[in-house]
Amino acid sequence: MAAAVDNLTRPVASIPKPPDRYRTFTAVVSWAAPAALILIVAVLFQQAWPSVTRFGPGFIVGQDWNQVTNNFGALPFIFGTVVTSAFALLIAIPVGVAVAVLLAEPGAQGLRGVLGTGIELLAAIPSVVYGIWALYVLAPWTLVHIETPITDHLGAVPFLGGVPRQTSLFTASLVLAVMILPTLSAVSRDVIRAVPRGLRESTVALGATWWETVWHVILPAARAGIFGATVLALGRALAETVAVAMVIGNRPEIPHSIFSPGYTLAAVIANEFAEATGDVYQGALVEIGLVLILVTLTVNLLALLLVHSARARAAI
Amino acid sequence: MRRNLWRRFSSSFAMGVMYALTVVALIPLGLVLWFTVSKGLPSVSNLEFFLNSQRPSGIPGGGVANAIAGTAIIVALASLVAIPVGVLSGIYLAEYGAGRWANWVRLASDVLVGAPSIAIGLFAYALVVVPQHHFSGTSASVALAIVMLPVVIRTTESAVGLIPNGLRESGLALGLPRWRVSLQLILPAAAPGVITGALLAVARAAGETAPVLFTAFGNQIFTLDPTHAMTTLPLVVFRDALTPYKDLQQEAWGAALLLVVMVLVINLGSRWVLRRQIRLARQL
Repeated sequence: MAAAVDNLTRPVASIPKPPDRYRTFTAVVSWAAPAALILIVAVLFQQAWPSVTRFGPGFIVGQDWNQVTNNFGALPFIFGTVVTSAFALLIAIPVGVAVAVLLAEPGAQGLRGVLGTGIELLAAIPSVVYGIWALYVLAPWTLVHIETPITDHLGAVPFLGGVPRQTSLFTASLVLAVMILPTLSAVSRDVIRAVPRGLRESTVALGATWWETVWHVILPAARAGIFGATVLALGRALAETVAVAMVIGNRPEIPHSIFSPGYTLAAVIANEFAEATGDVYQGALVEIGLVLILVTLTVNLLALLLVHSARARAAI
Repeated sequence: MRRNLWRRFSSSFAMGVMYALTVVALIPLGLVLWFTVSKGLPSVSNLEFFLNSQRPSGIPGGGVANAIAGTAIIVALASLVAIPVGVLSGIYLAEYGAGRWANWVRLASDVLVGAPSIAIGLFAYALVVVPQHHFSGTSASVALAIVMLPVVIRTTESAVGLIPNGLRESGLALGLPRWRVSLQLILPAAAPGVITGALLAVARAAGETAPVLFTAFGNQIFTLDPTHAMTTLPLVVFRDALTPYKDLQQEAWGAALLLVVMVLVINLGSRWVLRRQIRLARQL
């Protein structure tokens, strides 16, 4: 009797399952993305080795970039990359967050749907198109209407003086700001949307106006996620290549003014790698690529962590 | 009473500022579109632009036929690898995506999307160009496949994830094995989303300059052989725009217009299809 009951209650799952070969197959295929990522870093490291062993950690702080004496340092490029990205963020953050707040509003889309489509199209335009536009339209315009007046009146302020040029750190920052705006606003919009509805509704029920709700409740609640979106946009700005290479002026030195030409990590690879001769010169350029990819990967990882944890917290 | 009026006014004012900032954000889009169309039209309105290959400055009748062919072949080869691999990875994430490994794949593809494409170009150079001792279309395809892969993975995952579980369960209840449910039932239902995702990846790859700079390298001569150096439309824009010659700059604007038209058509089309797909999925 007891044995019969035992038989009845035995779980069905104990019947051995056939192996799910489809699952194994797709799982193996899905190794492609992580494998590509690891392989890229490994191959760049191996290719940069001649330069890594020759210059050591001094490569990061070296200011010389001399193909004749084979002496290479990355500081001017790191400087240019950091300054243009930071300045681009400074411009893009207020605009991007405003766009995100507007697009995250609940209710009928209408005009906001059209604006949202426009912002997403900004992200779709190839960077070389931004480059040619910036070179022939934006750069001449900023020289006359922004750079010259500022240097004329505020030239005494450090970093704003000097002789303004069309191709400069400033022009590159403007283009970058336009290019990272869609990332910034799309991710911020998602984290703002993830703010619990009840929070918004109870604030409105207390008699708060739209702006008071946004400023005192929504934005503080979404703060961590918006910060994550900003860091993600920073990653995009650091990685951008051709649009910057076309308008930054390509001068491997640390400029004294934001209106002077400079150089970025990505731009120097784009301009010089195809013509680079010799192990050390090529190695130095690949090492710049290695520095670039390691920094952007770290920045992106940090950003993804921030955005994910912000969304997870909001979902509770 | 006064205070409430002030509060209501400042709220409307703030909303006005937000709308104004959004419009400011869209000004560059308008300007880029306007200038590429107005400056590119003179090139594109000439049939020779599509039929002839690039010519040196000063020789009339130059076109971008070599770049159009190069872009098409390089991106097609990249798609041949990236789309099947990406779709299968995306299916894995959507069907079995709860475990730790799946999270690593997601993380890797999210990070790969943001990886500098110039570094991917360096990678393809070291992997393909150096052993072969010459630039080639195939090496550019390797680089662009890596650019496309994460886009295909994530769009496939979300498209397959949209399909209601009922469809999967009814297939399994009929006794179909998992792979047939997935490939013959779920994938066709998710096809519009998967295809638009693939097209978006194609659009992105076709517009990339940095990964093809020292892989495809550029080639003034018309060729359909991907083992030779080839040129692509973004390369034409990049190289010609930086020359001091007016006729080459004109060619660059024409190539830029072709790129913009392609990107806009694919993006607006895919938005339309995706919206339809989401609406249909809700009805199921």
